[in-house]
Amino acid sequence: MRFSIIYFEFQSTFKMKTPEEELASIKSMMERSTRFLSLSGLSGILAGIYSLAAAGLAWYWIYFPKSSWSDGTAILSFRDLLNRMLLLGLGTLIAAVGSAYFLSKKKGAGNAQPFWSPASKRFLQSLFLPVALGGFFCFALLHESAFELIPAAMLLFYGIGLVQSAQFTLGKIKNLGFTQLLLGLIAAFFPDFGLLCWSLGFGLFHVIYGTLMYFRYER
Amino acid sequence: MSDESQKGYDKAFDNVLRLRIMSILMVNERYDFNSFKALLQVTDGNLASHLKHLEQAEFIRVEKSFASRKPLTTYVSTDKGRKSFQAHLDFLEQLIRQNKAS
Repeated sequence: MRFSIIYFEFQSTFKMKTPEEELASIKSMMERSTRFLSLSGLSGILAGIYSLAAAGLAWYWIYFPKSSWSDGTAILSFRDLLNRMLLLGLGTLIAAVGSAYFLSKKKGAGNAQPFWSPASKRFLQSLFLPVALGGFFCFALLHESAFELIPAAMLLFYGIGLVQSAQFTLGKIKNLGFTQLLLGLIAAFFPDFGLLCWSLGFGLFHVIYGTLMYFRYER
Repeated sequence: MSDESQKGYDKAFDNVLRLRIMSILMVNERYDFNSFKALLQVTDGNLASHLKHLEQAEFIRVEKSFASRKPLTTYVSTDKGRKSFQAHLDFLEQLIRQNKAS
């Protein structure tokens, strides 16, 4: 016991209190230096809302007034529809990434955490490699007129990105990734449900997980 | 208190900042000066002196390189540093166990 008392006296002059606090401080430093913790839950909710709006518009253009799962798939044959879908997809992506960037930057500024750090770079790298490859793969599907597989491919590649990058950010993201992968597989085997799965994955589950993150880490 | 538990205590980790620097280098392959500064919220001089201290104890190694023509100083933990840090962690855990027992 003698030595531990000396230890405490010694530590007190250096602002460290108990070994419990010291261990907690070590753990927190390890977490903060490896994980990008500024990821904003609010931006997940917004991304989900944009996706739901985009999916609604796409459904209106492609299937209206029929439902996408009772009357088979419509075949994209009009150049006009193709252009609209590309613009819609690009617009949704830019809006979602834009809000994620600004809200995470704001959240980081609140915690005095820099937005660009070794942790955030690793997170973005591990997320965007699969996502970028998925994007190119979707263009290949478009080129081969395999339109019905595009929602499945988007869900699967995004899911892989989330599962891989979860170790560099809020760990719960991993579950969102598995949800996307499951929906992606369903969409791959039942392409009629592609748009529905896409709206659930990119829309509904972004809103659900964004809300969970918000209440868990930002309140 | 036996000599066994005293062995883990390392004076290099007296200081909170040095302890934090070492914690970061335990889980990151390398870490650069400016990222340390941003994460730890300390001044250049303060950070530099503690890094120097750890370097002299041979717990960390300095690697200088250039990133787009700007000098970049990164730090890497040495085997000796990682072992000492692990011993320090074991020492802390033992202290906690002892406090619970008493």
